[in-house]
Amino acid sequence: MASVNTNLAGSHRHEQLRRSNRYVNWWSGGALLLAALAVMPVIAVLLFALRDSGDIWTHLVETALFGYVETTLWLMLGVGLSVFITGVSTAWLVTMCRFPGRKLFEWLLLLPLAIPAYVIAYAYTDFLEFAGPVQRSLRAVFGWDSMQDYWFPNIRSLGGAILMMGLVLYPYVYLLARSAFLEQSVNVLEASRMLGRGPWRTFSTVSLPTARPAIAVGVSLALMETLNDYGTVDFFSVYTMTAGLVDVWLGMGSLAGGAQIATTMLVFVVLLIMLERMSRRHQKLYQQASSRYKPLPAYQLGGLRAGAAVTVCALPVVAGFLVPVLVLARLAFIYFDRSWTPDFQLYVFNSVALSVAAAAIALAIALFVAYSRRLHGGKILALATRVATLGYAVPGAVLAVGILVPFAAFDNTVDALLRKYLGISSGLLLSGTVAAVLFAYVVRFLAIAMGQVESSLEKVSPSMDMAARTLGYRAGQTLVRYHLPLIRGGMLTAAMIVFVDCMKELPATLLLRPFNFDTLATHVYEFASDEMLGEASLGSLTIVGVGLIPVVLLSRMISRTRQTLGASTG
Amino acid sequence: MKSTLIANSDDPLAAPRPLLEVRNISCNYGLERAVFDLSLTVHRGEQVCLLGPSGCGKTTVLRAIAGFHPLLTGEICINDQQVSAVGAMVPPEVRRVGMVFQDHALFPHLSVRQNVASGLRSFSAHEQKSAVDDMLDRMGLSRHAEKYPHELSGGQQQRVALARALVPKPLLLLMDEPFSNLDQELREHMGQEVSDMLKENGITCVMVTHDQNDAFALGDHVAVMADGAIIQWDTPYNLYHQPCTYFVADFIGNGIFLAGTISTPTRVATSLGDLESDTNLEMKVDASIEVLIRPDDVVHDPDGPIRAKVHRRAFKGAEIMYTLRTAEGITLLALFPSHANFEISDEVSVRLAVDHLVVFERESET
Repeated sequence: MASVNTNLAGSHRHEQLRRSNRYVNWWSGGALLLAALAVMPVIAVLLFALRDSGDIWTHLVETALFGYVETTLWLMLGVGLSVFITGVSTAWLVTMCRFPGRKLFEWLLLLPLAIPAYVIAYAYTDFLEFAGPVQRSLRAVFGWDSMQDYWFPNIRSLGGAILMMGLVLYPYVYLLARSAFLEQSVNVLEASRMLGRGPWRTFSTVSLPTARPAIAVGVSLALMETLNDYGTVDFFSVYTMTAGLVDVWLGMGSLAGGAQIATTMLVFVVLLIMLERMSRRHQKLYQQASSRYKPLPAYQLGGLRAGAAVTVCALPVVAGFLVPVLVLARLAFIYFDRSWTPDFQLYVFNSVALSVAAAAIALAIALFVAYSRRLHGGKILALATRVATLGYAVPGAVLAVGILVPFAAFDNTVDALLRKYLGISSGLLLSGTVAAVLFAYVVRFLAIAMGQVESSLEKVSPSMDMAARTLGYRAGQTLVRYHLPLIRGGMLTAAMIVFVDCMKELPATLLLRPFNFDTLATHVYEFASDEMLGEASLGSLTIVGVGLIPVVLLSRMISRTRQTLGASTG
Repeated sequence: MKSTLIANSDDPLAAPRPLLEVRNISCNYGLERAVFDLSLTVHRGEQVCLLGPSGCGKTTVLRAIAGFHPLLTGEICINDQQVSAVGAMVPPEVRRVGMVFQDHALFPHLSVRQNVASGLRSFSAHEQKSAVDDMLDRMGLSRHAEKYPHELSGGQQQRVALARALVPKPLLLLMDEPFSNLDQELREHMGQEVSDMLKENGITCVMVTHDQNDAFALGDHVAVMADGAIIQWDTPYNLYHQPCTYFVADFIGNGIFLAGTISTPTRVATSLGDLESDTNLEMKVDASIEVLIRPDDVVHDPDGPIRAKVHRRAFKGAEIMYTLRTAEGITLLALFPSHANFEISDEVSVRLAVDHLVVFERESET
């Protein structure tokens, strides 16, 4: 059998031994380098904030910082409560009760996830303004003439911002609470009911406590998004830390001041990450998914109760999706001729091109790092991966500071060197180019790509690797020939989610984009800032349309597997 | 085939060199030491099994041989070429080892033919086709060439995996629990079939298993492993009849340990009577020992000196395995032919018929 190859390795023996070593370093070295790049913005913020920057810090502390922090805390408290109540109640109803339309609500409740907070804010501002349909009808019904005749709540307020963000962020809690409820042991629930506890007591003493870690994960994800938001708070003039950061940077022209607010925000980020990680650990303990699916004992609701359940579930869908989409669609229709311009098409192109590029880069990096870990494992690589994927929790505005600082330093250094030795100026190489925007997208959404790629790769048996390798394929060839075809589905999902998140991204794009460069999101933002909501609506509607893609994917997953995994966006 | 074995005949020493030499290797699994200073020599055409409970390090050894696991000490040579040393490895793809896995690891997106052809990349299309056709034919898979793995039964998948590993003519075939995914009947059948196939083609093979039946079916030699080391390296017959440690005696086959003392160098006194050894036990007189009693050493004899009650019975077709308990509270395992049919609580008379005594010194505490 062995005839042909008995002297195969012969003369190349030492060469092969050496080559194997370089091979090892290639993959893990590359992975470490990529991880270092991904964490650079956070390090840069910290280093920059520590530098002496005159008396901006004292000035900030004396004047605005406490205000920013206070507002942010109120906003987070409000949004936290709102997403908790909406998410948990709807999740409990669709998993534990039976009422007309329950199956439909299971995925309808995800729809608001498609709408960025700033878009829903624009829609409701138009909907609720003095000349909008709500106040017009009120005036018509009650015969009021002017603003003096009645009081109407102002949506452009802290309360309004809480409402808006609560409406589009509750699906994080809903998704996780739902799967936690589904995975609860049927026996425990049945035991509780047989011990004479009614539905409410079973909910409060069994269901809720065991689902608590999952809910906490959902709330922390929603709060990360809250902290990240710039469009809504800016439009509503709610001075959170993000709004303050942008104001100090762009308004006062102080990048150092921005970096210092960014550092303060990182404290919040760290707390949220700790909450999330701790809860995820508990979640693993509490939620030991049974291998077989057993239908939960459901409460059959009838009459008034069913009506109430339908109302509770319909409210977030109507308010969080239906109304804003109808408002935007109406506006987009009216303003179509003015909105559908060559400029608009350029913005769409810019958005799509940037997002496709970012998704491709994020996926390539995720694949490289995840595969390196598979090849070489080890604690250092594991830690590097975790550090590299922290970007999802870091607000876009903070990332922007962290990217601009080192990029500008790089540009200045190159420029100075060129001037000195060649007498020419290089101008901006990285900062103020799309490279900076792309970099921010990749850092912020790497975690999504990584999570998807890793879970897809995990499903491929390690013996598959060994089989391919012993059949004569190198590690890279194994990846391309045997892994890629198997994880194609997961990769596509990951690419789609990253793509959509990039399309929606506002603060980092706004702060890092080249001069006179617009994407759909910044275009929408700029028109809205100029109170031209009509002209902004086509763009907003487009963003919502794109945002529906991952929601549809998610809902398909839900209906296919019933027991879906937790947050796949975040 | 045989002629190729003298490919290294320029070696001045006439004795054929072993195909695989594992010398004093140690490996970590995660942060734990999994393999300690282990050595293993496999000659051409030999089939060897690493047998041990899960976590004993046997799979780590296999992975090290294949080139997936680095060494902390020692070296591995295949066909006289050093392929693993401390801090250096020849990558698995150029080692020319074939591998078969517990889960078969067939590429699900490729047909049987494409799977089997995976390792023939450097061949021309024509050579590929004839080599694959030949192998599929030998494995009785010709009818299934265009099917996909999920359309095959467990046994067929197993054959495809074997065909895929063998088609590139590896120097050495490694198998990791190849039969544990198959049901019992198929498992025995495949074990026999694969064993015959390997022998006929003179294929050198190292298999890892936790199942002694698989090991006995396939291994010319079996290495019993525990805690990262080889405890005993022997033929299946000797492992069963002359286990060298308490662990091996306990792990291989059934049986119980009977407490006793050495009364003369060839005689052991137990509570069930004296036992005579056919060899000198080479132990101190009066030493506390335990003697291994296999189920087939306990013979049903109406005039037998030992009376015991049936505590449990397991019907095995031609035979019945009884768990007996004597009045003194000693538990015995006994394998009787099926016609010696007793119910639970029946009283049975037996005698011990042990030809070769396997005796271990009892630890002081027990």
